[in-house]
Amino acid sequence: MSNNYLIKPMSMALEMLGRISSSEHVNRWKLREPVLKLVYEGMRHSVRVGKFVQSQYLTSKPLNYDETLKKNIPLKKDIFDLTLTREQQMVRDELLKFSKQVMRPMSRDADSGEVASEFFSQVNELGLALSGVPEAIKGAGTVRSPVSNMLMAEDLGYGDMALAIAALSPLGFVNLMTEFGSRDQQARYLPTFTGETFVPASIALMEPEARFNINKLKTLAVPTNAGFRLNGVKCMVPLGTQSELMIVFAELADHGNRGFILERHYPGITIEKELNMGLSAAGMSRVVLTDVEVPVSALLGEQEVHYSHERMIDLARIGTCGLSLGTCQAVLDFVIKYANDRIAFGEPISNRQAVAFMIADMAIELESMRMLTYRAAGRAEQGLPFHREAYLAQLMCAQRAMQIGTDGVQILGGHGYVCEYPVELWYRQLRAVGILEGTFVV
Amino acid sequence: MINLEIPKKLRQVGDMAHAVAEGMFRPISRKYDRFEHAYPKELNMLRSILQGMSDGGSGMGAEGLSQKKKGKSKEIKNGNNMAVVLNMMEICWGDSALALTIPGQGLGNAAIAAVATAEQKKRFDGKWAAMAITEPDAGSDSAAINTTAVLDGDEWVLNGEKIFVTCGERADLVVIWATLDKSLGRAAIKSFVVEKETPGMKVTHLEKKLGIRASDTATIMLDNCRIPRDNILGSETIDTKKSFAGVMQTFDNTRPVVAAMSVGVAKAALDLTCELLSREGLTFQYKENRFEIPAIEAEIYRMEAELEAARLLMFKAAWMADNGKPNSKEASMSKAKAGRVGNEITLRCVELCSSLGYSENHLLEKWARDSKIFDIFEGTQQIQQLVVARRVLKKRSTDLK
Repeated sequence: MSNNYLIKPMSMALEMLGRISSSEHVNRWKLREPVLKLVYEGMRHSVRVGKFVQSQYLTSKPLNYDETLKKNIPLKKDIFDLTLTREQQMVRDELLKFSKQVMRPMSRDADSGEVASEFFSQVNELGLALSGVPEAIKGAGTVRSPVSNMLMAEDLGYGDMALAIAALSPLGFVNLMTEFGSRDQQARYLPTFTGETFVPASIALMEPEARFNINKLKTLAVPTNAGFRLNGVKCMVPLGTQSELMIVFAELADHGNRGFILERHYPGITIEKELNMGLSAAGMSRVVLTDVEVPVSALLGEQEVHYSHERMIDLARIGTCGLSLGTCQAVLDFVIKYANDRIAFGEPISNRQAVAFMIADMAIELESMRMLTYRAAGRAEQGLPFHREAYLAQLMCAQRAMQIGTDGVQILGGHGYVCEYPVELWYRQLRAVGILEGTFVV
Repeated sequence: MINLEIPKKLRQVGDMAHAVAEGMFRPISRKYDRFEHAYPKELNMLRSILQGMSDGGSGMGAEGLSQKKKGKSKEIKNGNNMAVVLNMMEICWGDSALALTIPGQGLGNAAIAAVATAEQKKRFDGKWAAMAITEPDAGSDSAAINTTAVLDGDEWVLNGEKIFVTCGERADLVVIWATLDKSLGRAAIKSFVVEKETPGMKVTHLEKKLGIRASDTATIMLDNCRIPRDNILGSETIDTKKSFAGVMQTFDNTRPVVAAMSVGVAKAALDLTCELLSREGLTFQYKENRFEIPAIEAEIYRMEAELEAARLLMFKAAWMADNGKPNSKEASMSKAKAGRVGNEITLRCVELCSSLGYSENHLLEKWARDSKIFDIFEGTQQIQQLVVARRVLKKRSTDLK
């Protein structure tokens, strides 16, 4: 793979930082390229092991989110700020490189056929899922940062939204687990994500209903002597046919909506890949649950954690908004170049206000989407209420992302409508922004 | 670190401005809308209050607007630009027309603060300065202005007609844009400070307007008006590249302030609308699927999202100025967004509240009239789009006209 020379050093750096702190390995850095050193230096100053997350140390046991939040608050600087932390900036640089050099070139093929398995090993080398696993269980995570997670969605969404969803799906699972999983559940499932291979995992929330209501799920969980019995149909489950682990949401009598951890081998699960308008590369699947028996220990959070369905939805909406930012930026960058190059009536079409103003508005509305999304993520990170902000961000992104998508095609005219250019693909992907729920929990 | 919350220190400043808006502006809001051209005497007291706040470093007033010089410190700052937009937003929540006529807070003051020499700053200190740019034949195309300035001995001689001069009648000083040589285009445009009562300068007309009626909008005639040579702001020499950009830089600082006005008025309209709707039993939970809630509730959420975007873009532009980051694009983005969103929200609020919205018993109809100006002055919506488009497309004004 031609891009390996770029991905490999960085992934190795991250892998090593993530797992090894012995001097023997540190010495080897001196022999490697500058990019490695840069990553290493940045990390060395702030994070003991690990990479994508804020500089904080974890206690010896896995933390649930409420605990991590308490630790977060004193560190918060009371100042309006739009600059990324050093770690976030480094991760951004690397992920954008991955977006441009790995994801974008394979985007079209991945949309019309299969995603090369090599992609998933490259994703694993990036250490995305690993970054969410607390270091106490051999992960690279310190304190979970919704902002960093949202930024990853933005940067990968810049490459290709469908591939980004596929790449981030396990991290979403990990995040949901660190947020609401019991200590036993975290200890049981999270170490899986620290290994050498990509572990496909997903969240299954949506249901095939025209008026799908996130608050009134039709999938039902009924208590049994041994645990619970699940029945229902889930759709738009990323990586569905591959997934080894899934958190499925269902209504549990008297307890409202709850998550259930499903292992692939449980009898009664049928998974089929869906054919949708777009996002084919995300492996969106339909999951049919027929009398699936799960043990008591499958209930997300068990008796330990107070589950908040609203909070889960909100965190996932921030994730979807993040993805939409990246894809809209891709559209904008593409049309800027196209409009400057395309000659009509003797000059670039961007010399015309009718075209230029459309592009100006795309830029203005994208920045609007970005501000709302960043604010919601920032509040989530600081432990402030963020329900309203996540709701408004989703509202804005759902509408404006599609507008940007359709304007993108419009500016290219006939060329926007054909598959020779990526704009029609982004158009199809952006239609999903207003639909996706529970796809990537930040 | 990404944090889009306003720090406590600034919030306290904003709370103070909000109290002024509520306690001093709202009670006289309708009165001066009705009695257009009557001078709001109540504001004289405010002048000293605001001066005190400004001297106390609260970032009250246009003088605080400037680009932080680069390279001083890497530490992120929330400084004067942010304080000014926050204050303006809160004050305009009270009444934007009155905000425009606060003594000592004219647009000319921002220009003086931005480019005047130390000597000039001292000489004009404490004076209320209006800004005169627009002419009957030169609106958005400010490079086309016809007012002339000719050096005669130690004096400039100004001739021309200026229209739409905010505070033109009430201010102590008027900053006049004039050309030294029209054939040299924008580079030859300079600004001059003319003191009130200078022979040759006369207010000939006060406009009656759709909104912002408490603020006076004057026509000023300059007929062989002679002013001291050192009343020119900036250099006398015509530098074909630099000087117009210098003049325009004032706008990078003031556009977020106009955005703030628009956001403030829209916030007022939305707040009152929510209050009136709450009395009708409507609650706001942000909970259900956005297609399964009453249309009126969905409309409120949509407007909240738009307003929030405008507010954050405004803070972003001000934050960049505070931290020495060039913000021309972002300043225009913030004004474009706030201008159109503010106008749209105030108009929609009138519609949502039906006859209550249209009635003079409430202020909704007034805000819907006031807000239109923010999408016009300091660069119309279309001018902002042009600035943004040129920036993102990397076009010169000769290519993208």
